[in-house]
Amino acid sequence: MPDSWIVLSLCSVIFFIGLFGVLVRRNVLILMMCIELMLNAVNLTFVAYARQLGDLSGQMAVFFIITVAAAEAAVGLGLVVALYRTLRTVDTDDIRLLRG
Amino acid sequence: MHNDSTTHSALIAWIPLLPLLGFLVNGLWYALFQTKRGSKKASSAVTGVIATLAIGGAFAVSVMLFLTLKAMPEEQRALQQNLFTWMRVGTLQVDMAFTLDTLSTLFTLVITGVGTLIHIYSIGYMSHDATPGKFFAYLNLFCFAMLMLVLGSSLPILFLGWEGVGLCSYLLIGYWYTDMDKASAGKKAFIVNRIGDLGFLLGMFMIYTVFNTLDFSGIQAGMPAAVSNPGALTLIALLLFVGCMGKSAQIPLFVWLPDAMAGPTPVSALIHAATMVTSGIYMIARLNFIYSASPSALHVVAVVGALTAFFAATIAVVQTDIKKILAYSTVSQLGYMFLGCGVGAYSAGVFHVITHAFFKALLFLGAGSVIHGMHEEQNILKMGGLKSKMPVTFAVFGIGWLAICGIPPFSGFFSKDEILWQAYASAHGSPLLYGLAALTAAMTAFYMTRLFSLTFLGKPRFAEQPSYSNVHAIAKHGIDDHGHGDHGSESKKGVHESPAVMTGPLIALAILSAVGGLIGIPHASWLDEWLKPVIHTGHVLREGVAPTTEWVLMGVSVTLAAVAIAFAMGLYRDLKRAESLALKHPALHKLLVNKWYVDELYEALFVKPIYALSVGLWNGFDIAVIDRVVNGFGRVSLWTGQAARMAQTGSIQMYAFMILAGLVASVGYLIYGLV
Repeated sequence: MPDSWIVLSLCSVIFFIGLFGVLVRRNVLILMMCIELMLNAVNLTFVAYARQLGDLSGQMAVFFIITVAAAEAAVGLGLVVALYRTLRTVDTDDIRLLRG
Repeated sequence: MHNDSTTHSALIAWIPLLPLLGFLVNGLWYALFQTKRGSKKASSAVTGVIATLAIGGAFAVSVMLFLTLKAMPEEQRALQQNLFTWMRVGTLQVDMAFTLDTLSTLFTLVITGVGTLIHIYSIGYMSHDATPGKFFAYLNLFCFAMLMLVLGSSLPILFLGWEGVGLCSYLLIGYWYTDMDKASAGKKAFIVNRIGDLGFLLGMFMIYTVFNTLDFSGIQAGMPAAVSNPGALTLIALLLFVGCMGKSAQIPLFVWLPDAMAGPTPVSALIHAATMVTSGIYMIARLNFIYSASPSALHVVAVVGALTAFFAATIAVVQTDIKKILAYSTVSQLGYMFLGCGVGAYSAGVFHVITHAFFKALLFLGAGSVIHGMHEEQNILKMGGLKSKMPVTFAVFGIGWLAICGIPPFSGFFSKDEILWQAYASAHGSPLLYGLAALTAAMTAFYMTRLFSLTFLGKPRFAEQPSYSNVHAIAKHGIDDHGHGDHGSESKKGVHESPAVMTGPLIALAILSAVGGLIGIPHASWLDEWLKPVIHTGHVLREGVAPTTEWVLMGVSVTLAAVAIAFAMGLYRDLKRAESLALKHPALHKLLVNKWYVDELYEALFVKPIYALSVGLWNGFDIAVIDRVVNGFGRVSLWTGQAARMAQTGSIQMYAFMILAGLVASVGYLIYGLV
């Protein structure tokens, strides 16, 4: 029980590494990896609490997140491919089509 | 008997409905199938027959109902039909109800009867027109509106027709709307009428406040109580009379009627004779009990009528356009009718409406026949000698001329003389009114003789022109030797008599003009008797007027007319001499030719200031204020947008950072609140 803070600290470290990556990296592929990192940090938290509280619904949520993340990865990679095909770049500094 | 009159009552609605049906058939047919570019237009024969059948059917129903009324005992002569409740607001209930009494039956007979003749005539007159379907639809609608006006059993129904004829006059006067002048003549008619309508509306509101009802029967029932308030009654009578001034072209709102000549000639005949302008007389006759209760309002009506009669006659003396002369003579004759009503002789006014409908329709259609035969020439100075070329038109026009001049035994004599006598002898009359009216009668005889003489008598003053068939022949062959080679026999065809479809109605109207006066022979007037259920006022003579004076005055007016005719005949035998007379009084002649500068006066008094005010408002308010406000809204949105677009950097990292910042802020707010 008192050991859980180790797991939770690990989770938050991983999450903030991912968040930091999203904010500073420019390569779309790496952005996606960072997002994946954040998702899995959350997964780990869910599993840790499920174990600690003895409640299986945490585990359930993780399955959903993994499934959705897989779908997200598929769509995201598709977008990256499409982006590269049209713009010949995957650098977010060069992709500013939404600028007002 | 009761059952019988119920079935007859159910027929009343058909009188206005048939023209409405005719309008719908012709109008929808035109609007749906004939307006497309290049689509074939229906001929005037087909559409004209439809329209004529519609109005002719209404005439048949009118005659039938007239005979029904005639067979009823005198006191019960009125048929009612209530179709449905139009509206009910508080204590106000307006029914779509028709009343056919002795007054309205006379009007329906005149409107549908003369209207039918005008419709038949139009088949010939409009045969070269591009859109006869539209024309006949409008004609039918016009008759429908006028029939609603005279049949309505309450003021709102009357007002419906009142506005309807205003609308139709606009549509028909501006019928050839591609000509700017004609289009603006239509607008003028509509706008001037609207001014009068405002008075009518106010009068209606006053009636509702005083009588708490708008039904004619209800108003009449409320009269005994309302007499205690003579000021309100006078105000009502005057406000309603303002409506009459507009619709029936009295001073100061008569300016639209002469311009109404811009429409096709049958329309002029319809407006001047059968419909529209007579509606003012109808309303005064219908509400005669209100006017009788207010001597001062009656006096105003009489004075305005007499002045209009005189004033319009002076203008007619010098005009050269055949239709303009007739137009001013209509204004003048309407003045007579109002004079008759104004001295309390309502039946005399109605009598003159009827005879005037006959002879004025005749004169207008005759003028149309002349214009048609002269190939759109309207200047009487360029006519002359048409007697031999248009014998039928000459003969019928002659009858109309004698009728309007007041030569016995033609119809105009009886009605005009009745009005003259009443103007002198009635309790509301005076020698001054009589003098003005008699002078007008002499002038009427003078200018009508001038018109007649310059048009039909003497030598032709127009250049001989090739006939229609020649023009076609030239166009077809492309060589003009046919047109110019043998002048003598060809050019005589240039001016031609109108076809039978046009002369037929003329002959019918000529007969009516000749004998129509017999319904009102002095002292044995069928008309006075017939109208008794509606117009109760007996003819009370002014104090000190001997009954025998009537015969003296009759002799005076006939002598005046005869002298004026003889004078004009002599004067206009030689146009040069007549013109030298005009040159002797250049100022007066110029004043009359320019119609007393009334149009110019209105232009300066009303049109220019309103125009200046409009331009001022346009520049000073519309552009300076409203446009700025509207543009300001646009500009503010633009600035806001431009400021806001800075936030949209397009950088995905920036967006993600914003999301994070927002998240931290909201979570912080949820946990700590606003510190």
